[in-house]
Amino acid sequence: MIEMLTYPFMQKAFLTGILVAIACAALGTYLILKKFSLIGDGLAHIAFGGIATGLLFGITPFISSLIFALIGSISILKLKEKTAIHADTAIGIISHASLGLGIFIASIARGFNTDILSYLFGSILAIKDSDLILSTILALSVIAFILLYNKDLFYVTFDEESAKVSGINTNFLNSMLIILTAITIVSSMNVVGLLLASALIIIPPSSALQLKTSFKKTILWAITFAILSIIIGLVTAYYLDYAVSGTIVLINTLIFLIIMTYKKFENYFNSKKINYSNS
Amino acid sequence: MKEEIININDVSFAYSKQDVVKNITLTIHKGEFVGLIGPNGSGKTTLLKIMLGLLEPNKGSVKLFDKPIKKFKDWSKIGYVPQKATNIDKNFPATVQEIVLMGLLSTKKIPKIITQKDNQKIQNALELTNITNLSKARITDLSGGQQQRALIAKALVSNPLIILLDEPTTGVDQKTQENFYKLLAKLNKKGITIVLVTHDIGRITRNVTKVASINQKLTFFGNHKEFCAKDKNHPHEHTLCIHGE
Ligand SMILES: Nc1ncnc2c1ncn2[C@@H]1O[C@H](COP(=O)(O)OP(=O)(O)O)[C@@H](O)[C@H]1O
Ligand SMILES: [Mg+2]
Repeated sequence: MIEMLTYPFMQKAFLTGILVAIACAALGTYLILKKFSLIGDGLAHIAFGGIATGLLFGITPFISSLIFALIGSISILKLKEKTAIHADTAIGIISHASLGLGIFIASIARGFNTDILSYLFGSILAIKDSDLILSTILALSVIAFILLYNKDLFYVTFDEESAKVSGINTNFLNSMLIILTAITIVSSMNVVGLLLASALIIIPPSSALQLKTSFKKTILWAITFAILSIIIGLVTAYYLDYAVSGTIVLINTLIFLIIMTYKKFENYFNSKKINYSNS
Repeated sequence: MKEEIININDVSFAYSKQDVVKNITLTIHKGEFVGLIGPNGSGKTTLLKIMLGLLEPNKGSVKLFDKPIKKFKDWSKIGYVPQKATNIDKNFPATVQEIVLMGLLSTKKIPKIITQKDNQKIQNALELTNITNLSKARITDLSGGQQQRALIAKALVSNPLIILLDEPTTGVDQKTQENFYKLLAKLNKKGITIVLVTHDIGRITRNVTKVASINQKLTFFGNHKEFCAKDKNHPHEHTLCIHGE
């Protein structure tokens, strides 16, 4: 364990991986409460179009996918705002359009199919320093935004109209949630690959929500689960040469199942409900 | 004349074609306890949302604390408990304390750091609504009446000058309802202006100082004695009128 940390590529992988995990899990908690969680998947599809376009025109795929995801997220917001189309439909239309574009480009330019695969499945231990640095900066900016706005974001997920009456700019926060998701998806693409990019947004917060605790603890547990999965993923990849991304997602799924089972047993054994019998 | 808190002038609103609120003009003054009544679908919630700037009227103007609503910024002066506020998703992870804290956010600037003083304010609001012992409980573990109190505490924590409550007693039992009305009377005695919306005209509290009755249009606006006098022509039994003299 200590030995592995002496390699710079491992140090960088840990640092980036952990920051990405924090960004994903924190943001994901708000997205799930707002019932926006599938937007991550949509934005990942959009980013795929960006990767193919980048490879075709010789732009760093990381940059082109970020541009695609950002334009995609803003288009979703505009479609929703300016037309009668629902958010989930807007996501569906734009993400599939971009996915189609990506597949089209990949099929006309056969040469880079293997490159595309590495973006789809992720390879944090093999990516360029510049990509790692960008990923880290993106994750840090998401974390910074959440630190500044966490209370308002929580309020907006609880009740949008009351939040408005408290003078909170709910349109700004809703837009930011989608834009931050675009940024987070692209930054997590480097760690777990595009196919699994939204896994860290959805699964750790879902595990934490099952604990049925306060909001503060829920978000901290989500972050803890995500970090834990990154560490285990990297360690097993180092020693056993397993695919990091697959391990990370499987660990998260395992945590989810363990908590679910535990809660089922707990409910079964103390079927007496807590009673706050004081009014 | 007392200070004007809410002033709506000739306001009409339609979600699509048909007006659901039509040519309503009314002013609410400091210290009043206004019962806003009307049957289901008469436009009460809509009117309340117009008063709060959540909906923009198609016609007419709204002022809060003598400022055109678009220019109004002092949201901590207003407490709001929306309709169906206790329909909280079973999985929503929030303690009573965390919910009440939301009510303080209107008083603070980003990054909205919570100070010792803020915690004291939260404690006071919990005490006022008599739920101090529930502060660490998850809101979804509480009974309807307890949730109601938590939401009132949230509306009160910023020390507002007015609170607006939209059908706050639906789904709670008679005794909880009575306690709840006592709490509102206590708040009104402290000088807080109250707007209470209800469709259940038979159960409206006797503590209201004014009644606004709407059915798209304003059909009555005045003190409750006048309302009861007018009501003698009707066969309803209003607690408002029975106990009100
Ligand atoms: N979001 C909405 N879109 C379209 N119509 C609405 C909406 N909200 C309420 N209405 C309609 O407006 C009318 C007034 O509703 P509302 O203000 O909720 O009445 P109340 O609160 O008095 O029951 C009703 O006919 C209702 O069906
Ligand atoms: Mg209503």
